[in-house]
Amino acid sequence: MSQFLDPFLIAALALNFVALGVSRIRGVISAVALQGVLLGFLPLFVHTDIGLRGVLLIIVTIGLKGFVIPGFLVHAMREAEIQHEVNPILSYMSSLLLGAVGTGLAIVFSSTLPLAEQHADLLLVPASLATVWSGFLMLTTRRKAIMQVLGYLLLENGIFLFGLLLLEAMPFLVEVGVLLDLFTGVFVMGIIIHHISREFASISTEHLTELKE
Amino acid sequence: MNAAIQNTMHVVVALVLPPLLPGVIAKTKALFAGRVGPPVLQPYYDLIKLFRKGSVISTTTTGVFLAGPVVGLVTVTMALLLVPLGHSDAPISFTGDLVLLAYLLGLGRFFTALAALDTGSAFEGMGAAREVTFACLAEPALFLGLLVLAKLSGSLQLAGMLGNSLASHWSGAGASLALVLISWFIVLLAENCRIPFDDPNTHLELTMIHEVMVLDHSGPALGMILYGAALKLFLFGALVVRLVMPRTTFAWLDWLIFVGAILGVSVVVGVVESSLARLRLTHVPVLLVTACLLSAFGVILLVR
Amino acid sequence: MNEWLLIAGVVLTALSGVPGYLTRYPGPVTQWVTTLIAVSGSTLGLLALCMFWTMGEGQSVVLPWPIPGAEFAVALDGLAALFLLPVFLVSLVGSVYGLAYWKESEHPDSGRKLRLFYGILTAGMGLLVIARNSILFLFGWEGMALSAFFLVTAEDGKQEAREAGWVYLVATHIATLCLFGLFAILHAASGSFALAPLAWDKVSPRTATLAFTLTLLGFGIKAGIMPLHVWLPGSHAVAPTHVSAILSGVIIKMGIYGLVRITSLIPHPPVEWGEIILALGVASGILGVVFAIGQHDLKRLLAYHSIENIGIIVIGLGLALVGRSLGRSGWIILGLGGSLLHVWNHAFFKSLLFLSAGSVVHATHTREIDHLGGLAKRMPVTAACFLIGSVAICGLPPLNGFVSEFLIYLGLFGTLVSGDGPSYAGAAFAAPALALIGALAIACFAKAYGAVFLGTARTHHADHANEAPWAMLAPLLVLVAACVVIGLTPVVVVPALARAISAWAPELRDVEAELVALAPLKWVSVMSLALLTALAAAGFLLRYRLRTGAVEHGPTWACGYVAPTPRMQYTSSSFAQSLVNLFGRVLRPKTLRPPTLALFPQKSEFQSKVSDVVLDEAALPVFRLAGYLFSRFRVFQQGSVQSYLLYLFIALIALLLWR
Repeated sequence: MSQFLDPFLIAALALNFVALGVSRIRGVISAVALQGVLLGFLPLFVHTDIGLRGVLLIIVTIGLKGFVIPGFLVHAMREAEIQHEVNPILSYMSSLLLGAVGTGLAIVFSSTLPLAEQHADLLLVPASLATVWSGFLMLTTRRKAIMQVLGYLLLENGIFLFGLLLLEAMPFLVEVGVLLDLFTGVFVMGIIIHHISREFASISTEHLTELKE
Repeated sequence: MNAAIQNTMHVVVALVLPPLLPGVIAKTKALFAGRVGPPVLQPYYDLIKLFRKGSVISTTTTGVFLAGPVVGLVTVTMALLLVPLGHSDAPISFTGDLVLLAYLLGLGRFFTALAALDTGSAFEGMGAAREVTFACLAEPALFLGLLVLAKLSGSLQLAGMLGNSLASHWSGAGASLALVLISWFIVLLAENCRIPFDDPNTHLELTMIHEVMVLDHSGPALGMILYGAALKLFLFGALVVRLVMPRTTFAWLDWLIFVGAILGVSVVVGVVESSLARLRLTHVPVLLVTACLLSAFGVILLVR
Repeated sequence: MNEWLLIAGVVLTALSGVPGYLTRYPGPVTQWVTTLIAVSGSTLGLLALCMFWTMGEGQSVVLPWPIPGAEFAVALDGLAALFLLPVFLVSLVGSVYGLAYWKESEHPDSGRKLRLFYGILTAGMGLLVIARNSILFLFGWEGMALSAFFLVTAEDGKQEAREAGWVYLVATHIATLCLFGLFAILHAASGSFALAPLAWDKVSPRTATLAFTLTLLGFGIKAGIMPLHVWLPGSHAVAPTHVSAILSGVIIKMGIYGLVRITSLIPHPPVEWGEIILALGVASGILGVVFAIGQHDLKRLLAYHSIENIGIIVIGLGLALVGRSLGRSGWIILGLGGSLLHVWNHAFFKSLLFLSAGSVVHATHTREIDHLGGLAKRMPVTAACFLIGSVAICGLPPLNGFVSEFLIYLGLFGTLVSGDGPSYAGAAFAAPALALIGALAIACFAKAYGAVFLGTARTHHADHANEAPWAMLAPLLVLVAACVVIGLTPVVVVPALARAISAWAPELRDVEAELVALAPLKWVSVMSLALLTALAAAGFLLRYRLRTGAVEHGPTWACGYVAPTPRMQYTSSSFAQSLVNLFGRVLRPKTLRPPTLALFPQKSEFQSKVSDVVLDEAALPVFRLAGYLFSRFRVFQQGSVQSYLLYLFIALIALLLWR
């Protein structure tokens, strides 16, 4: 099983770096979409008897992660007139190096976790932790609202990977993942409706300070 | 006896085949652009023409100017004797020859940069500066890949590292080898100045690295430079091909597969050149660091 | 017998400068006499070494000495012999170089002092290497350190020389203080001041760690390991060139000698020590060359490269220590072999580079790379020697730098490959780091050689440069020969290396055979010779083809930008710009960009500078803070006799109460 899983997980890890290092928003969208499609195929390898419901879920996941959500994002870019540059707070090189450090630490850390033996040798746990870390990096070091949505998508891909370990124990996991993706769709609609082309802080911040009361 | 035949094949293929590769790349790019393009054998005609021409040598230059092409060509030729091709193990093989390979290429790069600085022109100095900067980041990627191969094969000779046993390791350590493959392909594009690092067809200041270093060379010296560049592309292509190529027991089949695979790599390079644009110079280090990181993760996956 | 010859050589070099210093009639004759005595002293030393390597070990010489605890115990073993060769050879060529470089007629106030301390320096280093007693070691060490101070401040009329001298003095005295502490600990553990292996299992781990820290600090400051290197760039840049050569080539190796000697006394070091030293080596190597790339003072650039090469030597030493902890003899032999060979190689090619740079500075009176250019046409022999030095320092075949780096690479790769025994993966990552160091060194020397010798002259400084006189060229040729011999026939150094490794790790058996088995140096010879032959053949073919073909000469074409001016050439800072920006967080380059306001701006200047970050932003603020805090203590210095009597009374009461 691991020899089928490994190439997909390596590709997912590589796509993390692509998402952190590319300078055009379209490129990041493509990377996250491709990663979503690759991850959508994974339950086929983890779950031995999949059944019709499983295949249907996989098709829906791939459709959502690979086509619907990216389509929404591209549409949002056009509607809100978002410029194509990523404009990071932290430079590309630094985010790449931080992502690498995080991935290395994830690999080292996961070898110390008490996993079940069939999971111990897999790349699943390191890949999921690394993807969560990359998503977190993107959330915190990118200014634009749409980049924060993409960071959230990446984070969610990582959690989905981790959940694959529990697929036998929690049968509705994939459905919950699909619901989370739909939540992202609502997020994106918000961007379109409010024409948030730069930071979320383009909403007037004086309204936000009222929250402290 | 068999070894002698294989070594002769090795030398013949290594010396005769390389100029075909830039021709194949140019033809692929032409097909993508909807043109007919130059004939695939054009580089051979170019080399013969250049060796017959006269030269113009700048008065600013010293002996180092002509040493550049000479050192570049000789070092790449010697490096090719260390790499196993086709069915042959390399004609020259000893423990640690991988270090000699990398440092021979470094010697060639050093003298090419000096020959460029010798002309006293701002253009060539710029090309030399860019070339040595990007090479700094490509070297660790190469060595990290060599670490993976050394760990898997247990040998420190290139013939052993890229030899028969590699095919069996793909099933066990396929992840690491795949990462090394991607990383070495990026290094191939960087060291041979292909898109996305450099555009070999342009002559604008913004876009040149290798082209600009050889602007003042002419005649036989330029011929040596072009031939050396083709040999270098062949060398890196051979390294990439040997990572994936299976070895059969039939010598002629192996050679056929090898030649086909190298031409396939040239076609892939042509496809990459046609589909991507050149990276902004400030983004090039990011791509090279990514290549280093991919190889580094290949090593980490093996030793964890 | 060879010990007495060696002692005679040391004494002769020590006294070489004395007649010249004391004479009433200074002139070229006294300079010749001094140089002759110094050369004969060094030759005696080299003769002793030859006898040692051909005829085997002698006995140690022990003479009584009235200082309590100390004895004049000297012995020559493989390790000491290895470190003595650079001492005598570089001193010899430096003295000959000084004949023309620091002529008595040109420098009447500093020449004699320089030659006096040059001799004392050589003698001090010779003494500390053969010393077998800590106190004798410290005598030699201080002699070396203080004479180096006087040599660095030879031109004490210049502000920068005085400043660099102060930094050097402070650093070397901190190092000596650490060494005092170290020898005190060793004395407490073993009961004597002899430098011999002691029973480390009786020493508590805390004491051992303290001893290790003091060793690392004391010898690391002298060796110039990052971040203890702050004295190195300044002093190497301002010293006279043959002094810089001996500073870079030999004095910092004395720090390495100390590290090697102290670690040889410990048969089972903890793995962490080797790991720390390996990590420090990688850091010094990478940061040293990165700082070198940003420099545009020729001698400062070469000084930072010394830090890089010390990093490479320390990587080898770290690998050997890890090997000793884990009991892997192959790692010890390759790591230490590469490290010690690099000690020799660096001494030779760094001295070669410094002496060639000195010829350039002597001819053009400036150290700024960006004021030079096109010197290869005016000084062809110096340019060729600098080129050979550059190829050697970048570790490129077929010269000697490649051989030592080859041994270290084999050791580092071997940590992943060798099957039996405990595995250790951390060292393998030093191999790509070493590759990065090599590639950065190529970039730096392409910049240095290109900007100084190639192209056209950028300012008037280079207009009147002429080739150096024979007294300055002959030493260069000797060093070139040394580099070429070791590069083409590395098997000649194997016996000396094997004896040194056996002296370091006496538990290893049959070192020479194992070294030959692990490292195919014969293949390296064959390939280097083949490379040279192929280069010569291809070169001749090209020249023949050019002679028979049509060759025109004209100005540089450069894609149609005909007839460029000298000021249009790439300067060294523009060559290095992308690398400096890449490492900008570490280097913190400072630029002075004048504001161009108004419609018709006046002529102004742009300056960019990479200063030593550790010195300027870490060491100097700490010292300033210390100065401020200590100045608060000045309140005790009233100047009145009554308060001083009071202090005496208080101290007396305190001492009576304490015991």
